[in-house]
Amino acid sequence: MKIDSRFQARPKGNISLSIDGEIVFAHKGDTVATALLADSGNASRKTNKNSPRTPFCMMGVCFDCLVEINGSPNEQSCMIQVEEGMVVKRPKGLRNYEQK
Amino acid sequence: MIDAELIIIGAGPAGMAAATTAANEGATVLLFDEQPQAGGQIYRNVKNQSNRLDNKNYFGKDYLSGKKHVDALEHENIKIEYGATVWRIEDGRHVVWSKNGISKISSAKHILLATGAQERPVPFPGWTLPGVMTAGAAQILMKTSGLLPRDAILAGSGPLLYLIAVQMIDAGAPPKALVETQTFKKTLSAAKHLPNALFAANTLFKGLGFLRKIKEAKIKVAKIKRYTACSGFRAEESVDGSIEFSFDYRNVNHKIKTPLLLTHQGIVPSTHLSRASGISHRWNETQKAFQPITDLWGQSETPTIHVAGDGASIGGAETAQAAGRLTALNIVHHLGHLNKDERDKKAKADRSLFNRALSIRPLLDNLYAPLPEFLSPPNETIVCRCEEVTASEIRQSIAEGAAGHRQVKTSLRNGMGPCQGRMCDLTVRGILIDSGINPDAPRARTPIKPIKLGEIANLKIPPE
Ligand code: FES
Repeated sequence: MKIDSRFQARPKGNISLSIDGEIVFAHKGDTVATALLADSGNASRKTNKNSPRTPFCMMGVCFDCLVEINGSPNEQSCMIQVEEGMVVKRPKGLRNYEQK
Repeated sequence: MIDAELIIIGAGPAGMAAATTAANEGATVLLFDEQPQAGGQIYRNVKNQSNRLDNKNYFGKDYLSGKKHVDALEHENIKIEYGATVWRIEDGRHVVWSKNGISKISSAKHILLATGAQERPVPFPGWTLPGVMTAGAAQILMKTSGLLPRDAILAGSGPLLYLIAVQMIDAGAPPKALVETQTFKKTLSAAKHLPNALFAANTLFKGLGFLRKIKEAKIKVAKIKRYTACSGFRAEESVDGSIEFSFDYRNVNHKIKTPLLLTHQGIVPSTHLSRASGISHRWNETQKAFQPITDLWGQSETPTIHVAGDGASIGGAETAQAAGRLTALNIVHHLGHLNKDERDKKAKADRSLFNRALSIRPLLDNLYAPLPEFLSPPNETIVCRCEEVTASEIRQSIAEGAAGHRQVKTSLRNGMGPCQGRMCDLTVRGILIDSGINPDAPRARTPIKPIKLGEIANLKIPPE
């Protein structure tokens, strides 16, 4: 189920990125965390114990915004600005050994 | 070999003021900041405000005034590395920093830590759920991306909470409720600090102005519900993904549904870097936070390490700027650019500004002191968000003999996740205090932010 964003809708941005395969539009100057929050109210990651989280502090302190960006795991999405064509994946609990 | 006479870490109000002051006195400065621009959290993205989506200024004059400080950094003596995370300080002279996945070492004769503040963690059952955020986080989203909260609840206390409430109202995103933890009793006991605070009348009236504006808006729009002296915070997830926020108000439990719960209980110094640098810290009981020990010039016991701004003690932007300038004057004096008399003469105005601004703190600190339930939260509360350790587990480990941060951490892993204790140190301390233990400041270790092993392995040691 896609939960509505917890924020007011903005005009459509012109930077496109993929979040778990879905194309999402963001604005220049948005961080990846901002793009995630603007897109939906869903969890942006699941912890090792499988509990849902979203970005919490937006200033690099809490590390609850960790996602995979362009294949690199555990990136602090509130500290990284969106770029055209970025591929973002929401982590779901512990990674498998095979996943590397 | 040195890269600059002075390295400054953090380009917020204190760091910016120090950089310009030192540069104007003839010192070479290397300035680091994690963000893509200067300004710190208070003036975050101020330089780009005109390109923002909605282009309206609902942040107020104070915020826009930050632009001139950012512009002043364009100085031939100042070199800036943005997007750079400092993760180690060595021998009080070397700074190890990471940018775009590559770590480097830079050296200077003096190092100024101007790392600012973070919001005090506000732990309660359910604070880790999606849809619960800090009020400061929402403000950052407004400043950087024009992303406005939808039907949010603002909960907690502190000057920033009211400031954000007003900004949300002006932005057309008023909170649906303001749930304050402040009590009438606290207001009364804080009133004894009023005479002192009158020296800082400007700041005080600004604060009162905000309060008035909230009330006016409440009357006019009649939609913002206001609850005071609340406690017993709890958040639960409802089926549609929104938050069921419950709290006690006048002995009755209230429940409000909201997509977004924004909490705040004031700010505390960010001390990871200062602690990891090896300088001593002390507990500030009125501010309920650890802070580095320095002299009146911000100089620590390690004479090449200095601290200024909210990272030294919470005082707000104006105080931080004054402290930044004072510290810079002292540093350029030690560098030989100014003699002692010149330093003292140039410091005069800022010294009195600093003292004036500080005179309002006892009032604010007492007025907005954090609720005991956030210092030592109920058992089921997750204290360490990273490793998902609850208050009850921490209490149990203390009952089993853990006598400080380190022992609790050894048995439970709290503070060993990626945030390295930033979200749990203060709560663990609160629980220890509650159990009759008075702990020292917990250690902070290098790297103070997670760095990939390869980055450390590839580190090149520059020639001496
Ligand atoms: S949201 Fe807290 S570190 Fe990114």
